[in-house]
Amino acid sequence: MSDALADRGRRRPALGAGSRAEFLAGVRAELPLLVGVFPFGLIYGLLAIRAGIGPAAAQGMSSIVFAGSAQFLAAQLLHEVAPPAVIVLTIAVVNLRHMLYSASVSPYVQHLSMRWKALLAYLLTDEAYAVVITRYQRVRDHASAHWFYLGAGLALWSTWQLSTALGVFVGAELPAAWPLDFALPLTFIAIVVPALRDRASVAGSLTAGIAALVAFRFPYGLGLIAAAFVGIAAGVALERKR
Amino acid sequence: MSIWIVLLLGGALTFAMRFSFIYLFGRTEIPDSLRRALRYVPPAVLSAIVFPELLMHSGRLDVSLGNDRALAGAFAVLVALVTRNMLATIAAGMAALILIQLVM
Repeated sequence: MSDALADRGRRRPALGAGSRAEFLAGVRAELPLLVGVFPFGLIYGLLAIRAGIGPAAAQGMSSIVFAGSAQFLAAQLLHEVAPPAVIVLTIAVVNLRHMLYSASVSPYVQHLSMRWKALLAYLLTDEAYAVVITRYQRVRDHASAHWFYLGAGLALWSTWQLSTALGVFVGAELPAAWPLDFALPLTFIAIVVPALRDRASVAGSLTAGIAALVAFRFPYGLGLIAAAFVGIAAGVALERKR
Repeated sequence: MSIWIVLLLGGALTFAMRFSFIYLFGRTEIPDSLRRALRYVPPAVLSAIVFPELLMHSGRLDVSLGNDRALAGAFAVLVALVTRNMLATIAAGMAALILIQLVM
């Protein structure tokens, strides 16, 4: 991969040595996270197929929505034949946190063209953000840091597309008796538990979970969104008390 | 066909949120209260999915020891606490469920 990039750099003098080095540094910085992303994408592809979403839509979701947790959720809701409006609303709520990332990187990309800004916004995922914001905060010179961002973002993007495709392919082959649908709640446990760092987030998580049990019979899958808001309110309330 | 409309709308909203403050920079600030609330979105939403998945059994609350998914899920929570590793958590929970189903 690095040879191909180097070749392309040689043919295009506009891509200076600095930008190329930054791009490759971004790819390298993203590599450790890809180890976790690859199986995640694989499981998504598997579950999407198992949920009855066709291969094209399963892969399409990975490139159009391009957001792990939201895709797992959407797959689950599509499987339960939830109303389209509820699915779209749920995707939006789960992805609200990206506004935080957007606010956080915004000062560093202001010198770029609108096209660059849009491209980098599309690539703004949890995993890219984590790596990119570290680079912005550690190194003072931001002139070609957008190449670092692009490298990290594209490394993640290609890994996500590739692992989805592999999961879609494998998913069609595995025996239906395997309890693979259980991988979905397990994946969420694996995301949530390590992120519970203080009492407020533990309270928010438990409150939302219990509220979801109470609201289980709400129509149109609205119980999930209602429970999420109760949990968010609990977390905020406990944080303010301290 | 409606699945593609869901994907396009969901994708457009996701992009709009990712682009929001990059685009609005200098014109508006994200309010501090909203910033704090957003931190709780991922744990709240994901827990609201996990709890019913583990504890609801054909439409009824089941907290008995006969609930294999709840037991395997609780084990996965322990593994997640100790290892903080995604693959280990999923593998352990999966193995636990298969074992429990074999035993029971």
